[in-house]
Amino acid sequence: MNVAEFGEKLRQRFPQVSIVDDPDNAQALQIPASNYREVAECLRHDPEFDFDYLEFQTCCDRPPDRLDFLAYFYSYQFCHRLALKVILERGLPSLPSLADLWANADWNEREVFDLFGVVFHGHPDLRRIMMPEDWEGYPLRKDYLHPNVVKRPD
Amino acid sequence: MSTMVSEEFELNMGPQHPSTHGVLRMLLKMDGEKVVTCDPIVGYLHRSIEKMAENRTFAQVIPVTDRLDYCTSMTSNYVYVMAVEALGDITPPPRGQYIRVIMTELNRIASHLLWYGTFCLEIGATTPFLYSFADREKILDLFEMACGARLLYNYVRIGGVGRDLSQTFLDQMMKFLDEWEPRILDYEALLDENPIFYNRTKGVGYLSIEKAKHYGVTGPNIRASGLAVDVRRDQPFAAYPDLEFDIPISTEGDVFARYRIRMEEMRQSARILRQCFDKIPGGPPSIPLNYRLKIPEGETYQHIESPRGDIGCYLVSRGGDMPWRCKFRTPSFVHIQIFRDLLPGVLIPDIMAICASFDIVLPETDR
Repeated sequence: MNVAEFGEKLRQRFPQVSIVDDPDNAQALQIPASNYREVAECLRHDPEFDFDYLEFQTCCDRPPDRLDFLAYFYSYQFCHRLALKVILERGLPSLPSLADLWANADWNEREVFDLFGVVFHGHPDLRRIMMPEDWEGYPLRKDYLHPNVVKRPD
Repeated sequence: MSTMVSEEFELNMGPQHPSTHGVLRMLLKMDGEKVVTCDPIVGYLHRSIEKMAENRTFAQVIPVTDRLDYCTSMTSNYVYVMAVEALGDITPPPRGQYIRVIMTELNRIASHLLWYGTFCLEIGATTPFLYSFADREKILDLFEMACGARLLYNYVRIGGVGRDLSQTFLDQMMKFLDEWEPRILDYEALLDENPIFYNRTKGVGYLSIEKAKHYGVTGPNIRASGLAVDVRRDQPFAAYPDLEFDIPISTEGDVFARYRIRMEEMRQSARILRQCFDKIPGGPPSIPLNYRLKIPEGETYQHIESPRGDIGCYLVSRGGDMPWRCKFRTPSFVHIQIFRDLLPGVLIPDIMAICASFDIVLPETDR
């Protein structure tokens, strides 16, 4: 299945949810944050999709207003791939955790929390993973300021 | 009469521990010699590679990717370059594709040799280490001949490779393969029929296929559990569609199986290298590109098979000459998580055998 077919199938399953193709990423579908968990559950458990491998989750900061969250899924049985993209507010971003569906999500979400400041509800152990526990700020945000981060001159 | 009282205690293994190849700390809760819970703590080697990449031109990021994984710099170079090429719609010439395959496969052998030596050291055998490092040195000499560096190569470049390979290099490579391939039998003879090794590894650290999928384990570790997946075959890239190779699998899923898989993989890599020697086309190895190349707007995720598993690069460009976001999906980061699940219930000496069998590399985990 390709991304267009996934979009078609998911729109049939979730008629009330707005699922749109992502203009930047040919592999991704955009979904609202409130439906992220139920769509992910469907991808995990529906035998038609059978996404048994969560490749990674990450974010991409696009100031002034957008923080894109991405999760890449892969199915060993069908060899197909899909990414879900959720556009979050940069203020206090939060999402439900997927750590019970894919064990791999545990550390990925900790990393996203650590470096981007996205809070995952229902995560078993949400604390910083790369940075020290008393670190302030979220280093991969574009407006992060630190004396050691010097902008390259043009 | 006194009664024996036992209570659980906490044991810190690491951050500075000789058998973790880097700075991994494991917070173990022990009941005597048995592990009750394990909490791996990473991040001691965090160098903010992803943040550094956002402040450099596309070409300047390549030396940074070398530092992801010092055992297989070619692979990390390659996956990043592949992502840039996918966004910029750049296709390297066929000779460049073949050279990349030669380099990644040589690096796979070097990495597996390093793993073999250190894995044996961890479980108390010193001799294999001496064998494997002597042979690995010959591969590093080949790399030095090709690009002047032994560990951090900066060799795979956008649009091709840094320098063409000479015929001398290819002849030396074949000479090395002819001499080295029979030595795999020596490596195996040291361990396969060794009852001490057998008892230390057989049935230890069993990883079921369901658990491996649940945790996102990839590479030789999931093939040792019985799932025949390999990015080189499932989503072929570079010259792999023209090359024949098998994917060794095992259904045992224990430490011994993971060792066997890596031994077979070295043979398959040698087979790929021999085919490359026969098939490598002439012509230029790379296409000339502007150093301050501008990449069109977009996002991509590309991944390849590293010796440790599925390594990927998620790259975002906004039309400038620097990446907007560059994320590396590294296999070791995923593999360390599984210790929480595999270690409870095992004895202290088995911790080392299990950790070593997953072939974790900490610089890659912490990035």
